Amino acid sequence: MSATVTEHSPTPQQGKGPQPAETKSWKATIGLSVVAVLSLLLFGLTTPSGVQTTFTVATSSDFITLPSITVPARAAAVVLSVVAILLAAYVGFRANQFRKVGIWLPIVFGMAVLGALLTWAGADRSGTTIQLTGLLTSALFLAVPLVFGSLAGTLCERSGIINIAIEGQLLAGAFLAALVGSMAGNAYVGLIAAPIAGALVGLLLAIFATKYWVNQIVVGVVLNMLVIGLTSFFFSTMMTDDPSLNRALSLPQIDIPLLASIPIIGPVLFQQNLLVYIMYVVVIVLQIMLFKSRWGLRVRAVGEHPKAADTVGIKVNRTRVRNTVLGGAVAGLGGAFFTVASGLAFGKEMTAGKGYIALAAMILGRWSPRGALAAALLFGFADALRVQFGIIGSAIPSEFLSMLPYLVTILAVAGLVGVSRPPAAEGIPYKK
Amino acid sequence: MKLELREITKKFGDFTANDAISITVESGTVHALLGENGAGKSTLMNVLFGLYDADGGQILLDDEPVVFSGPGEAMAAGIGMVHQHFMLVPPFTVAENVMLGHEQVTGPAKLLDVEAARAKVREISDRFNFHVDPDAVVEDLSVGAQQRVEIIKALSRDAKVLILDEPTAVLTPQETDELLEIVGQLRDSGTAVVLITHKLREVQAIADTITVIRRGKVVGTAEPTDSQEQLASLMVGRDVSMTVEKDEASPGDVVLEVSDLTVVDPATHITLLNGVSLEVKAGEILAVAGVQGNGQTELAEAILGVVETKSGSVSLQGEKLTGKTIRQVLDAGVGFVPEDRTEDGVVASFTVANNLILDLYDREPYSRAGAIKPSVVKEHAETQVEKFDVRTTSINALTGSLSGGNQQKVVLARELARDLKVLIASQPTRGLDVGSIEFVHKRIIEERDKGVAVIIVSSELDEVYALADRIAVMYHGEIVDIVSPDTDRDTMGLMMAGAHEEDAA
Repeated sequence: MSATVTEHSPTPQQGKGPQPAETKSWKATIGLSVVAVLSLLLFGLTTPSGVQTTFTVATSSDFITLPSITVPARAAAVVLSVVAILLAAYVGFRANQFRKVGIWLPIVFGMAVLGALLTWAGADRSGTTIQLTGLLTSALFLAVPLVFGSLAGTLCERSGIINIAIEGQLLAGAFLAALVGSMAGNAYVGLIAAPIAGALVGLLLAIFATKYWVNQIVVGVVLNMLVIGLTSFFFSTMMTDDPSLNRALSLPQIDIPLLASIPIIGPVLFQQNLLVYIMYVVVIVLQIMLFKSRWGLRVRAVGEHPKAADTVGIKVNRTRVRNTVLGGAVAGLGGAFFTVASGLAFGKEMTAGKGYIALAAMILGRWSPRGALAAALLFGFADALRVQFGIIGSAIPSEFLSMLPYLVTILAVAGLVGVSRPPAAEGIPYKK
Repeated sequence: MKLELREITKKFGDFTANDAISITVESGTVHALLGENGAGKSTLMNVLFGLYDADGGQILLDDEPVVFSGPGEAMAAGIGMVHQHFMLVPPFTVAENVMLGHEQVTGPAKLLDVEAARAKVREISDRFNFHVDPDAVVEDLSVGAQQRVEIIKALSRDAKVLILDEPTAVLTPQETDELLEIVGQLRDSGTAVVLITHKLREVQAIADTITVIRRGKVVGTAEPTDSQEQLASLMVGRDVSMTVEKDEASPGDVVLEVSDLTVVDPATHITLLNGVSLEVKAGEILAVAGVQGNGQTELAEAILGVVETKSGSVSLQGEKLTGKTIRQVLDAGVGFVPEDRTEDGVVASFTVANNLILDLYDREPYSRAGAIKPSVVKEHAETQVEKFDVRTTSINALTGSLSGGNQQKVVLARELARDLKVLIASQPTRGLDVGSIEFVHKRIIEERDKGVAVIIVSSELDEVYALADRIAVMYHGEIVDIVSPDTDRDTMGLMMAGAHEEDAA
């Protein structure tokens, strides 16, 4: 760290005099408007009028059976696009007042545009209906590793450590869950093993970052490579030699009594496996702990201004190590999604870049657990849509839809959808 | 509480920062620790605060020896410190900053007791008339208010000994007066205050006892009633003249013209410089005064072209500089002494000789056909080192190993080696010892007398008064007024807080 501190920004107000004028930023407004107008043109206006899209909202197992909903396709797509345009206009209105919008806005905006896309794709396909419940269920399910991954990122970065190794932590968790679960013959045992694998990767990151002050992004990438190499090696040697070490195990679905019977919400939220329920708990607990507890205040102080934390007796590097290990454990637990929670055996590089998307969800969610959940759900929804389109045979090639989450990611990271400010000290080693 | 430091010694390698320093601070008194930058004052306080381990000596509180392994323990023992660079978390509220590190929790879930912290802030703020809102976000507060938050932070831990490290470096003269008043209140309520400073005026205004430190050693004690000259010579170790000798300026034609210059921070979109216009004539010094961070740095950098300007223009003798590369601007006859010499002025890992040709390395005679000619570079370096009295073991010593004053001389030697029409110097003497300050000031006045148009940016009013032929006062990215150096300190202070001269006078 440099010993000299130069203050570049004028300190606002002190009695009289002009306030430094903040220039309005129209970046977000323009970005969202372009997407919303494209949505109107492509999905709203190209949908032929007079045709309908049918959404099925219930499954046969529901306590209450709801009828399918059939909407005029063109009208619905236009309305959803207009909603998106209004949201973009709202962002502009707030920007004009120098005020920011909540995390909810980009998420709702994304849902509206994707909804328009869905209506357009489902139009005039007699015989095929859009399985809304199924779509939402798979959206939530696909969001699971992203939620855990972005929570891991949030935990680390709030304390000032950049965690690029989420991908590796997910993969390590997936591997160990499959291995230990197979050896024990029990998926739950695998679920316990997963966070240990992630925590170990987190510990390596923490040591290199806080003790040896290595560039954290470089360490993260190297750790990802290391985990890919190790798991691929064991996969093609040990697991191939003895297939009983890599069995397809599955966490059973647990229906929560009463809650599971609520129409739409019930099957989506409360007919899931244990990992999903753990996710709900982790999001809520971390949200409260990070912003309302002593631990959270100290963690955030360490991530923003470590020296200030040090001068009030907070151990900076100890806090960072703990958070990075905890973050690694959370990501490792999320890695169990790929194997024991999906009913699959381990496969080479099966996380397929989800760890990087989780980083984007963390940024889009502005480094808060709540935001991470919302952003991960949006990405999960985009992913689920791709699957659904494959089923109904959409005109859009599925490769393009596969690109969608990545596109949203770039827009999110570039700050086009909502301004976000990372913890000030992230990535900077604390040297005394 | 009585604080006593006995024979404190702290070494960094071969360098002895504190050499058996002993001081005693009684409760209900203000003890000034006077010394130049680098004399070892801050090191001593960091030892006391548990941030450094001492190599020898003892700390006694009320005659009981204590050992602190970290700031947490020092605070628990009743020692509070207001650091020169504030130790506040900018996006946190005042209450959050105050409770950080000794948070009270409430309820079965043991969540933060924010209400208790708010009440504490309100109580202390009311007791000393601080007018600090516990829910205000710290980064939105003025520097003066942030300092009061720091004091609240210390008092909320029942500090009986309060250390203030260069507390007035970032304050306007009025805020300084307010702070001194607060220090008086604290003393009257029984707190022992240690005031670390190099500003003689403050010491005379508030201190009960004065200990002078030079080169890591206590060189004596003084009385607040001693004259500034006496204090200064004790601090520096020889007689110093407090004023720079200079003749009346004889300004010529306008050389540099800045019109309507606006700079916007690309990241935050905050306007740092708002429509600034000024003219500088040949053979005059225009000093830009103001509290740090009011756009002076950006003005200097925008003239050179280091920061991008949003609108406005800079011309040198009618020729437009805006839009040119920095190389072209330098070639047009602009010299630039940056504010942060270690970061922007020299390449610390280069030798002195190489730093002296950073701007000329690819030109005749220093290089030919793309190869540097070592003999010419050596000769040039030797001449310049001699001429500017750079104290270095050799021209091949790494510039980073030189003292601040000598690094600044290297920067000056390089910049003044070109044929200048304009010289811009930001905080030219920040952190320098008195001897170097005299040297730098003399050099700057020489340039003026040669007919160079000079702009000095300084947040030290003493320096502004010593050098300026005209003074431009900046506040919030705008020039409040351009006034003559006859303007008194109080008026200047008000202008530095944004009031125009006619209102301020």
